[in-house]
Amino acid sequence: MHSVVLVKQVPDPAGERELDRRDATVARDAADAVVGPLDLHALEAALTLRERAGGTVTALTVGPPRAAGALRHALATGADRAVHVVDPALHGACAPQTSAVLAAALRRVGFDLVLCGAASSDGRLGVMAALLGERLGVPHLSGLRALAVSGTTVTGERQTEDGWWELAAELPAVVSTHALPDPPRRRTVAGIRAAQHRPVTTLTLTDLGIDPATVGLAAATSRVVTADAGPARTPGRTGDPAELVRFLADRALV
Amino acid sequence: MPSSEVAGPAEVLVLAELTASGEPTRATLEALTAARVLGAPVAVVLGAPGAAAGAAAELARFGAGRVLAGESAELDAALVGPRVDVLARLVADRAPVAVVVPASAEGREVAARLAVRTGSGFLTDVVGLAADGTATQLAFGGTTVVRAQVTTGTPVHAWRPSSLTPVPAPVATVVEQVPVELSATAREARVVRRVAGPVAGRPALTEASVVVAVGRGVTTAAELAAVEELADALGAAIGATRAAVDAGVCPPSCLVGQSGARVSPRLYVAVGISGAAQHWSGVRAAQTVVAVNSDPDAPVFALADFGVVGDVATVVPALTAQITAARG
Repeated sequence: MHSVVLVKQVPDPAGERELDRRDATVARDAADAVVGPLDLHALEAALTLRERAGGTVTALTVGPPRAAGALRHALATGADRAVHVVDPALHGACAPQTSAVLAAALRRVGFDLVLCGAASSDGRLGVMAALLGERLGVPHLSGLRALAVSGTTVTGERQTEDGWWELAAELPAVVSTHALPDPPRRRTVAGIRAAQHRPVTTLTLTDLGIDPATVGLAAATSRVVTADAGPARTPGRTGDPAELVRFLADRALV
Repeated sequence: MPSSEVAGPAEVLVLAELTASGEPTRATLEALTAARVLGAPVAVVLGAPGAAAGAAAELARFGAGRVLAGESAELDAALVGPRVDVLARLVADRAPVAVVVPASAEGREVAARLAVRTGSGFLTDVVGLAADGTATQLAFGGTTVVRAQVTTGTPVHAWRPSSLTPVPAPVATVVEQVPVELSATAREARVVRRVAGPVAGRPALTEASVVVAVGRGVTTAAELAAVEELADALGAAIGATRAAVDAGVCPPSCLVGQSGARVSPRLYVAVGISGAAQHWSGVRAAQTVVAVNSDPDAPVFALADFGVVGDVATVVPALTAQITAARG
């Protein structure tokens, strides 16, 4: 089985995140970069599936040259190979455009199962699995808190607002994961060494048969008009329970 | 100017989500309220046979002059795909000016797939709409306010729940059945069964207008029971930090924050929560935040509008008693 894990380099969610003042894209240079925390759960799931049933795990990312760090992380954790779609025209790509680029790359490298985090911690759209299912014409099972593959069927438990749903689909399919029961494994020194010998394929939009003029900020399906800091919280005050209840009553909250 | 054309005012399709008892969700009523500025709201009810009849009166009370009913048991047998099939057909047939979808977990994905299917752009976490189609969005958990426009196709807006107070605008309505013709691919992501969460009777976390959340500072069963009493006095959903989930105090379905739910209630009550960024990223859109913590130096007090320094075991029952008394 060939699993492809989408990994995304994101600003460290523990730090402050902001939009670039020049063009209202996520200011990715302004923050320390890490691999999306939920992407690591998706990678863990793919590595576990490989241990049980054999196969290959490919890590795939779309992003600027520095996003290769996310691929090196995935290789050092155990992915067999990596694919990096990098092209200056990608700057400012909206989610539908990014999904078209990822879908083209996935068709190129082939896949039985595509795995990604249920939401990136920067853009936070949480819809990439759905977009890829639409683009690739395959089922998507999203928001999974547990995942299994038996033969050619993938099953999972989808966390919902008020419980969970048991889902199933035939491969090929796209899945997205929340935090899974097993914590993601860590990189080892041996893994980091071994990763240096594993292949990283670099693809441009032209390699994928995509006209660069159709991708990026100028061709995006939506545009940002203004972006401002949200309303600042006034410093809070403290008091006893009775004062708190009066505070809530003043705001018509009790 | 009177017109001989039959075309009425522009339509806005609003996907109605229903509660387990068949009523429109609060997020649906918010979406109807917000959609009016764009045109005449038309509610789309997709569910089991009879679903639209039960919801039509409330949808009409909030401005839906027409209710389109796509009713088939097949709609709920698969994830997202069936709803996209029906909505895409309605977009093609009716040429609405926009589509507004409550941004539940499934609604966000319906919006995304519908946008790609119809060659359109979509916006998520929309908290406001203007007559020219400009949407206001909250980015980065509410720390950044973005105004954005869809520039391609029929705009699809995923409406963030708890972003406004629904305002009634009663109209007469008609319920019109629409065909449910599903493609083979729409049926492929099968929903085998649905299991309700462990806690019944409390609102869903992402729908709730009040959330009471627990963190590392809540450790005993008695403290949790006190928090649950407070939650029920406020009609609140219960949330939790990663630490409380990992400690087994609350199930994972309660998780709020980076790897869990993002909430946007009118009131967020943080009990025994330190205020770490990983949790707070899910809370930033809350309108009012109050905190109870025994550590006067906890970062949560800098984030909260009102704080009570004290032990959970004494402060929480006192709060519950005061709130019950205040309500007389």
